[in-house]
Amino acid sequence: MKPHTKQRIAFSFLFLCTLLVILPVGLILIIIIKNGLPALSWQFLTDIPRAGMREGGIFPAIIGTFYLVLGAIIFALPIGVMCAIYLNEYTKENIFSRLIRLAIINLAGIPSVVYGLFGMALFVMFFKFGTSILSGALTLGIMILPVIITSTQEALRSVPKEFREVSFSLGISKWQTIKRVVLPCAFPGIITGAILGIGRAAGETAPLLFTVAAFYLPRLPRSIFDQVMAIPYHLYVISTQIPNIPEKIRYGTALVLVILVLGINLFAIILRIKLRRKQRW
Amino acid sequence: MVDNPINIEVKDLNVWFKDIHALKGINLRIYKNEILSIIGPANSGKTSFLRTLNRLNDLTDGFRMTGKVIFDGKDIYSKDIDVNLLRIKIGMVFALPIPLPFSIFDNVAYGLQGRIKNNKEINQRVEKALKSAYLWEEVKDRLKESAYKLSGGQQQRLCIARTLALEPQVILFDEPCSGLDPISTAKIEEAMIRLKNDYTIILVTNNTKQAARVSDRTAFFLSGELIETDITNKIFTASMDKRTEDYITGRFG
Repeated sequence: MKPHTKQRIAFSFLFLCTLLVILPVGLILIIIIKNGLPALSWQFLTDIPRAGMREGGIFPAIIGTFYLVLGAIIFALPIGVMCAIYLNEYTKENIFSRLIRLAIINLAGIPSVVYGLFGMALFVMFFKFGTSILSGALTLGIMILPVIITSTQEALRSVPKEFREVSFSLGISKWQTIKRVVLPCAFPGIITGAILGIGRAAGETAPLLFTVAAFYLPRLPRSIFDQVMAIPYHLYVISTQIPNIPEKIRYGTALVLVILVLGINLFAIILRIKLRRKQRW
Repeated sequence: MVDNPINIEVKDLNVWFKDIHALKGINLRIYKNEILSIIGPANSGKTSFLRTLNRLNDLTDGFRMTGKVIFDGKDIYSKDIDVNLLRIKIGMVFALPIPLPFSIFDNVAYGLQGRIKNNKEINQRVEKALKSAYLWEEVKDRLKESAYKLSGGQQQRLCIARTLALEPQVILFDEPCSGLDPISTAKIEEAMIRLKNDYTIILVTNNTKQAARVSDRTAFFLSGELIETDITNKIFTASMDKRTEDYITGRFG
């Protein structure tokens, strides 16, 4: 065989593999959009579920997911950012800091259902928050901590070492240097990490199972100690627990979830590009 | 120059980075209002020496030292020294121009903000510093613009102004012209010679001709040792040590 032909075969093979990766993504989107689009309407987005969830909308679930994600980020962002600052700016490389890093990597690898169980044991039972928005948001918050810590560390590392040296050489203290130079420079990366964390939290089901999610609660929550519906869990419920449910409602719910998560991620990407373009060094 | 009062006295200084013995038994006096240039091949410890004087080495992993650096009558490595205050008194200009990602004005005001409450005084100090660094005429109408819009030479003069704004006693220059064209270099050399009236200047340079042009005294470093220090003219015409002569005439390094 000629080398040229060999090369062509190799390229075609690689291209095929790439196609195999893209194909499922495309198919999922196509199927969900095709089946779910007919269900989408203003009423579907703003009405409560009716007739045993076979009719009506998913408004409480949307609101529930919104509250949970908001709570998770309020909890996880400050802790994650401060933890990353400590690890990146204040610790030197030693056994202790390596242990912490290892713990964070492991935290990211824990299956989400285990977080759910952990959240139930700690927040629902030990702290007696009950199955509530608070318990669910805290559980989600712990789950997205690694995402936020890792992306913040990445952002801090991308700030040139020279900026810190210049600042120190001008007699500016370490904390002031972090506050006035390092954090503003790392801001785009931190925000991107936060938004990716939000996207991850919005799509998770398992951590909510035992901590917050209501099977059917056709009203809005009154306090953070209320239970609430959430889109991913709602999708699970209507897909497995309710017989004779119109298919378009399932796909409609799935479509809302996908749009939400992809939308959040897209927003993160655009924001990062915008902020990056603003600052050059 | 040697008649001027001593500004910094380095006594038997040894520096290690992890296992590397970077500076070996350095003894050196630096006099007020002189320009002392430090020459020597790469890895001879010039920059490490400079960074010992404003304690910037403290940040480097594995840094250890013995000996004394006396400044203002005190050892700068003794426990009761406020490092931030020391770094205001001993300013530094780095090899490459590194403006912070702020406006021209904010770059110069950066070290003052938080220390001086009065905005009017900050404005005056910024203007004075930019004038002393011979940059004022070029930037006075665009102080709010990003510092990255300036040319390399202008950026380096901005960095000098940033240091001058703090009104230090000593300025450490770490190869300040290494990334600059000859015209920008000439401007910075001119600035240094005028600054000598108010400041003590220590200049690390890879360019022996630059040392000859601007400095009063020259110190020659080789492999972490101070080989000799003397009046610049003497070093360049009648050095005591063969290795100094070899380096200056370009036989090695």
